[in-house]
Amino acid sequence: MIEQFSRPDSALPQGPRFGEFGGRYIPEALVPACAEIEEAFGKAVLDEEFRLEYRRLLDEYVGRPSLLSEAARFSEHAGGARILLKREDLNHTGSHKINNALGQALLAKRVGKTRLIAETGAGQHGVATATAAALMGMECRIYMGAVDVERQALNVARMRLLGAEVTAVDAGSRTLKDAINETFRDWVASVESTHYVFGTVAGPHPFPVLVREFQRIIGLEARAQVLERTGALPDAVVACVGGGSNAIGLFHAFIPDEGVRLLGCEAAGDGIDTPRHAATITKGTVGVLHGAKSYQLQDEDGQTLESHSISAGLDYSGVGPEHAWLHASGRGEYRPVTDAQAMDAFKLLCRTEGIIPAIESSHALAGAIDLGRELGPEATILVCLSGRGDKDVTTAGRWFGYLDETGETE
Amino acid sequence: MSAEDVEGRGTAAVLASARAEDRAALVGYLPVGYPDVRGSVDAVRALVAGGADIVEVGMPYTDPGMDGPVIEAASVQALNRGVRVRDVFTAVEAAADAGATPVVMSYWNLVLHYGVEAYARDLSAAGGAGIVTPDLIPEEADEWIAASDAHGLDRIFLVAPSSPPDRLSAVVAAARGFVYAASTMGVTGTREDVGDKAEGLVADTRAAGARNVCVGLGVSTRAHAAEVARYADGVIVGSALVRALADGGPSAVERVAAQFAEGVRD
Repeated sequence: MIEQFSRPDSALPQGPRFGEFGGRYIPEALVPACAEIEEAFGKAVLDEEFRLEYRRLLDEYVGRPSLLSEAARFSEHAGGARILLKREDLNHTGSHKINNALGQALLAKRVGKTRLIAETGAGQHGVATATAAALMGMECRIYMGAVDVERQALNVARMRLLGAEVTAVDAGSRTLKDAINETFRDWVASVESTHYVFGTVAGPHPFPVLVREFQRIIGLEARAQVLERTGALPDAVVACVGGGSNAIGLFHAFIPDEGVRLLGCEAAGDGIDTPRHAATITKGTVGVLHGAKSYQLQDEDGQTLESHSISAGLDYSGVGPEHAWLHASGRGEYRPVTDAQAMDAFKLLCRTEGIIPAIESSHALAGAIDLGRELGPEATILVCLSGRGDKDVTTAGRWFGYLDETGETE
Repeated sequence: MSAEDVEGRGTAAVLASARAEDRAALVGYLPVGYPDVRGSVDAVRALVAGGADIVEVGMPYTDPGMDGPVIEAASVQALNRGVRVRDVFTAVEAAADAGATPVVMSYWNLVLHYGVEAYARDLSAAGGAGIVTPDLIPEEADEWIAASDAHGLDRIFLVAPSSPPDRLSAVVAAARGFVYAASTMGVTGTREDVGDKAEGLVADTRAAGARNVCVGLGVSTRAHAAEVARYADGVIVGSALVRALADGGPSAVERVAAQFAEGVRD
């Protein structure tokens, strides 16, 4: 059995700080709740019963370990580099988000909470949280930007079928950042009964560590699978980065492997020379947003700028502090990928491998194509296919002209 | 509170004189830039004319996680009309000129981005007495503690009904001027009643060593103000004033402020 959780004596940062990044910039009212979950997690990882229960859920409910798929025909378009896909899209609920949602839900139960709330962008984290709530008999409310409710209608329906209440957030840019604001507002008023299942490796301490520890399984499994399959470590590991949970999940096991490049693909929307993008590390500056110090898109006063991406799950003005640290320290590389590049990669994977990826994950695929062309056929590149694309068929259909604006077949 | 918390200056002095009159102080919140910068300065003057002892000038922020719908809507309008962080000092100056003691309420990123030391310097120069920091806890406040010491500014941290004794002690030790006690677990906004936890929280905060404790969140009527004034050093009113400004302009702010000013004397 893989030892999923970092050892207490790990040389890597365990929060609250990752270099100068991270911290806990929150209302005092929420300090006890953050401290409570931090303490509960610290105890849980030492508790055999918790570890076995979580492991049992991963094995019997999520379907772990997820597969490692050879993408041979796709590789031909990536300079001949060997592309291996870590298939988080095959997890129950269709993305990596379930790894974290189940872990936090178990923790929440341990500390006596009866209600889960969460933000969601693409809806994958919302679905995962609603699923965990249904499985464990807890109440659930999901906040989702009104723009995202519209563009990810399938996931809204899934959440409601699973018994969650879904609240469309009409404030600000009506996307992920505003959903996070609204979830914090709920939490301040409901913290006695409620746990906020933060969906990404951002937010106040301990969430960046907590979410990473539950997602770390991705890289731990993939590292062993690649070694077994190829006899060597990959030359690079590639993942998309919005808040950055699947990317940290993949990267973390490889941080000590100095020969392995860590490549995060940020959403560049219409392009980073336009204002319509979500390339937080590439174009952002250091600030405090949603409880942590990290890079963010902000104006000259520190007001948050709205982000834009075709991918709801990457459409976020902030990024997790551990990514900021990996970037600042030079260990990680972060590159922008435009909507058009991502959609080309989306189509390519459909046509060459028979896999419909999430648009989020398509950003990583696009990054892998470019990197493969740079590195050539000797290279092995591991890509996190973080989610499946069923939720995106309407967006993709419109993009490629198969559907008109109303969603009818043309 | 820290040793240099002398009653001769800043918000502590205002609270001490109110106490000498056997009443609580009235702390009135208005956001700069709403309905526009000029209009907000007029509203601040009206607030002082109505009897506010301390004016809390709010700086609109794109992600106001501690604010409810009334203040959020005002913030959105102010930002859409182009309010800048530096405008906060204009409103602070107006409040000071009108005879009140001004403090700023700002989410931390805006202060950080301006430069903590530069912000403290400019706030002090404008006649400001301190900053209310809704998303900054003492553990993250080293830079602010140094800058506020250098410029003699009050550090107004918050406590909440969820705060256990060790948190109360940590906040009280770091705070200067007064401690802002959130009456309920929730965001800003008008409510039917002020939470039943507020009085106990004030008592606990005093027990943790605070000399001055002001209560905010949900104080919506003169009767609420009177009730809170029985046990707190100051009564903080926000959304009710913003709503008055939205509905009736500065004259309504003055009228509503005057009712609260009577409330803290009832």
